[in-house]
Amino acid sequence: MIKRQHWSIPYFIFLVFFVVLPLVLVAVYAFQDGTGHFSLSNIVKFFSDGDALSTFAVSLEVAVENTAICILLGYPAAWILANKKLNRSAVTIVLFIIPMWINALMRTLATAELFNMLGIGLGKGTLLFGMVYDYLPFMIYPIYNILNKMDKSYAEAAEDLGATPSQVFWKVTVPLSMPGVVSGILMVFMPTVSTFAISEFLTNNKIKLFGTIIQENINSSMWNYGAALSLIMLVIIGITTLFNNEEETKEGGVI
Amino acid sequence: MKRVLSQIYVWILLILLYSPLVFIAIFSFTEARVLGNWTGFSMKLYKNLFTGGMQGASSLVSAVENTLLIALIAAAVATLMGSIAAIGIFNMRGRGKKTIQFLNNIPMLNPDIITGVSLFLLFVFLHISQGYLTVILAHVTFCTPYVVLSVMPKLTQMNPNIYEAALDLGATPSQALRKVLIPQLRPGMISGFILAFTMSLDDFAVTFFTRGTIGLDTLSTFIYTDARKGGLTPELRPLMTIIFTIVLVLLIVINVRQASLAKKSSR
Repeated sequence: MIKRQHWSIPYFIFLVFFVVLPLVLVAVYAFQDGTGHFSLSNIVKFFSDGDALSTFAVSLEVAVENTAICILLGYPAAWILANKKLNRSAVTIVLFIIPMWINALMRTLATAELFNMLGIGLGKGTLLFGMVYDYLPFMIYPIYNILNKMDKSYAEAAEDLGATPSQVFWKVTVPLSMPGVVSGILMVFMPTVSTFAISEFLTNNKIKLFGTIIQENINSSMWNYGAALSLIMLVIIGITTLFNNEEETKEGGVI
Repeated sequence: MKRVLSQIYVWILLILLYSPLVFIAIFSFTEARVLGNWTGFSMKLYKNLFTGGMQGASSLVSAVENTLLIALIAAAVATLMGSIAAIGIFNMRGRGKKTIQFLNNIPMLNPDIITGVSLFLLFVFLHISQGYLTVILAHVTFCTPYVVLSVMPKLTQMNPNIYEAALDLGATPSQALRKVLIPQLRPGMISGFILAFTMSLDDFAVTFFTRGTIGLDTLSTFIYTDARKGGLTPELRPLMTIIFTIVLVLLIVINVRQASLAKKSSR
């Protein structure tokens, strides 16, 4: 074998310096007051700050709703695309992937402008629509991928053993496609909680999401509080990631 | 019947997905500064974009230049470092391998805003003044994991005997590397580079937090500031249309090529 295991050392040092150290710093800043002494004041501040708490609740609510709508709309689409009898054209699949490659900010602004022109008032409804619009491809793609690679003989075996088409769908196809749904959820849920620009544009800054208050605090030099909010978000990500199994994250490549 | 219904469903979704982009594209061919006002067909916005005959033209053009330059440098550095790291990781065993693979996953799982804030704190902590260098370093940080993941499968698929055969036939390790290993890894490196490049182009949050206060703008941060000022610079409409068309053509070409290659190899 090629003896080059030491070749990963530079990258390891890079990762420690630019990934581990920054995350440690988030925790350090979160537990410091303005003068650099250890303090729980930032965490206490968050849990006693009504505005921050309600923003947090709204973010989770919007993220859950967005994820649910994306699954409801995206799963059937992915299923149709992966089904050779219902969809023979490869172009429709590419058309669903393309929006993932276009700057999210640009797409969001285009949506907001479209709402403005149609005279639809910006608020919760437009926020959800815009979020679904932005993230739907990220739900469809992983589910499509899993369904497409799925061994068709399982479904055929179920059919041969007397399952009705709906039984085949619910008892074979859906359980086998769960890994795709899980990575779809990861790709939709977390970005929704953390975005800041998207919610500003789609609601004209009427509805703030959690990402927005992090950004506001960092930008107004409230680093410690901003770090504490980031830490809280990191905890949520940690919890969500527990649902993920290692295999999904190994799939690179969206082309 | 089922086929027709499912096609209708898919196309309704596609129309919804594309309507804002099409809407921007249509209104890039008129002069009105307010979006949605059709004042007759005109190519003036396109002309302005290319000749710089508009307000804030230089900042939009330099934002586009910055975006491309940063993406190019970040993707090149990420491809180099990621490919070398992938070779190293592939040859590692046990806990060391697990650790570095775990660390490699973190930037991909972290939301942009956390990557941005944490790197911002790093640069503040180390008193590094923020600008081009910090933005590029930040982009390398979130791009490299994708390169590692694109190169790894090529290493697993490779027949290790080819490399050893080269050594047995008298090639030096560096010749074997250049003439045997790298050609084998090239497809993975190329798709890693493309992925890194587009990730960098798309980025907003990380750039936003690491660009400092020297007035460095990429396309994303330019759009953000522009929209917050109220009203989008009309010349962004043709720019978005051009970018959209490039992506559309590029991806369709890549996919059609891939499909025909797949057909060939399955024969």
